[in-house]
Amino acid sequence: MDEAPIISVRGLVTRFGKHTVHDGLDLDVRQGEIIGIVGGSGTGKSVLLRAVVGLLKPVEGQITVFGENVRDTSAEDYRRLRRRWGVMFQDGALFSSLNVQQNVEAPMREQLALSPETRAALAAIKVRMVGLPEDALQKMPSELSGGMRKRAGFARAIALDPEIVFLDEPTAGLDPIGAAAFDTLIAQLRRALGLTVFLVTHDLDSLHAICDRIAVLAEGRVLATGTMSEMQNVDHPWVQAYFKGPRARAALAQKETI
Amino acid sequence: MNTRGSRPADNTTAPQMNFVDGVLVLEGDFLIGSVEGLLAQHGQAETIDLSGVTRLDTAGAWAVVTLERRIQDAGGTPKITGATSLQSDLIETLRQNMPETDIPVAPKKSVADRLEQVGRSTVSAFQKTMAIVGFLGRVVATVAGLIVRPGRIRWTAIVHHMQQVGLNAVPIVSLMAFLIGVVLAFQGAAQLRQFGAEVFVVDLIAISILRELGILLTAIIVAGRSGSAFTAAIGSMKMREEIDAMRTLGLDPVEVLVVPRVIALTIMLPVLGIIANFAGLFGGALMSWIELGVSPGVFQSRLVSNTGVEHLFVGLIKAPFFALIIAIVGCFEGMQVKGNAESLGHLTSTSVVLAIFLVIAADALFSIFFAVLGI
Repeated sequence: MDEAPIISVRGLVTRFGKHTVHDGLDLDVRQGEIIGIVGGSGTGKSVLLRAVVGLLKPVEGQITVFGENVRDTSAEDYRRLRRRWGVMFQDGALFSSLNVQQNVEAPMREQLALSPETRAALAAIKVRMVGLPEDALQKMPSELSGGMRKRAGFARAIALDPEIVFLDEPTAGLDPIGAAAFDTLIAQLRRALGLTVFLVTHDLDSLHAICDRIAVLAEGRVLATGTMSEMQNVDHPWVQAYFKGPRARAALAQKETI
Repeated sequence: MNTRGSRPADNTTAPQMNFVDGVLVLEGDFLIGSVEGLLAQHGQAETIDLSGVTRLDTAGAWAVVTLERRIQDAGGTPKITGATSLQSDLIETLRQNMPETDIPVAPKKSVADRLEQVGRSTVSAFQKTMAIVGFLGRVVATVAGLIVRPGRIRWTAIVHHMQQVGLNAVPIVSLMAFLIGVVLAFQGAAQLRQFGAEVFVVDLIAISILRELGILLTAIIVAGRSGSAFTAAIGSMKMREEIDAMRTLGLDPVEVLVVPRVIALTIMLPVLGIIANFAGLFGGALMSWIELGVSPGVFQSRLVSNTGVEHLFVGLIKAPFFALIIAIVGCFEGMQVKGNAESLGHLTSTSVVLAIFLVIAADALFSIFFAVLGI
């Protein structure tokens, strides 16, 4: 693969007070892939996501997305850059004062001058694409279940047809059927929209089912990257425990029977 | 490999749409920012040719499907040619996900709707009143139970809340009362000086602060400070299912959470009222001295000789009732919190507004009561 990576992180250092989260982290994400970021609690998976999208200023290091440095861009360039990615936070992070339709329309309203009819039609399409029923459009976030909120958050993330979507634990807290459906949805939309997906997850089933590559975070850096089967051969106690534990075996076995 | 191209946001080619010999020829980039205007064009065609389309996103595909539907509606059989496989996949996805119905627009409210709204509000206000009275009854019953079995009283919680609602409120309450005294003296002086009756400023300050303002304003501050804190604390426990956890452990939330707060506030609000009275008189005396030259000695002797002690009692007797209103409303609203953060915020502000309103209403009732009694 000689194509330039779509996201490239070099020598990232982030710190909260005296606690160092990332210590010289390197990571490349290739165009069109689904990369799964895994790691124990507190290894800075979500922090990495926040640093890449510019919500958090790293102490050191370089983050380039689409070949542009995220940290040292002008406000105008950053705004332009931001339009090319979408972020879904853990619980959907829907604006609680707006209904689902207004939530999905929000990025369009802020970034583009579209007529209300067009916006409504596009929002309805996006909501259907993420598998929500049409009557969900008029509902407030507090009336939705956790899984529906995540789907609506996903619809908002893809509202402007981004090239990259960042998903923070999309299947956490969903029942196995809902989680599997969400995995299928991610894979489907990746195909339909040509997305690159940056997936922070704990879910071994998601990793098996849809990730092209996996990056393991530990000790403040990326310990290993590779496919699921390559992970089996990484010689590190945490990686071994994670990918060869009883749950991993169950996930693997399940995949083989399917 | 990616037919959508790595799209540099700047250099897009404007989309074109032309009717050439019954074929609708689309060219350029069909992206979300630029396709809208094209749909205004109309013409005769049955085939849509996409071979000139360089980039297509969801909105572009939506435009194509919309054009396709339009041909269908006109009685034609639409055909799409020249699409790459990725583009036709996207168009197929859109076809499946086109909204079936028109997106409903919020209907306008008629007069009947508004009337219905008034009716609903009235009924729910009545129900809420009943619920609060019921809650008060539960609290009183629980307190009665505790009197019979005093071993169950949670002294630690009571003392903790007494510190929270009482001791910690002393600075703000005394500063507020001091300033009220200053303002009364200042305004009273301006009026009374016209009649050469400056010395009556003492009676003005003493009666208004002891009888009404000291305790009323203290209650209002405490409602804002502690009533909201009660709602927020109990509400967030309700949100995190702590209340349910208590019930499963056989603890009564009213006994554990509500009664200590009610008792603590009922004890502390009169104390705060007394502190406010002192601070108010001090502020008034200070301002009378500076502004009118009424020396502290004169102020004191006039206060003692002209202001009956009944004014102090009339003021203080109201304090426990105000405390009960604030604590009951604060705890009641906290118990109404549902699972989400919005309801917590909404009910916290409701609690403060309702508590202040009820305190003032109760104060008015007391005024009438004392007027009838002639005190």
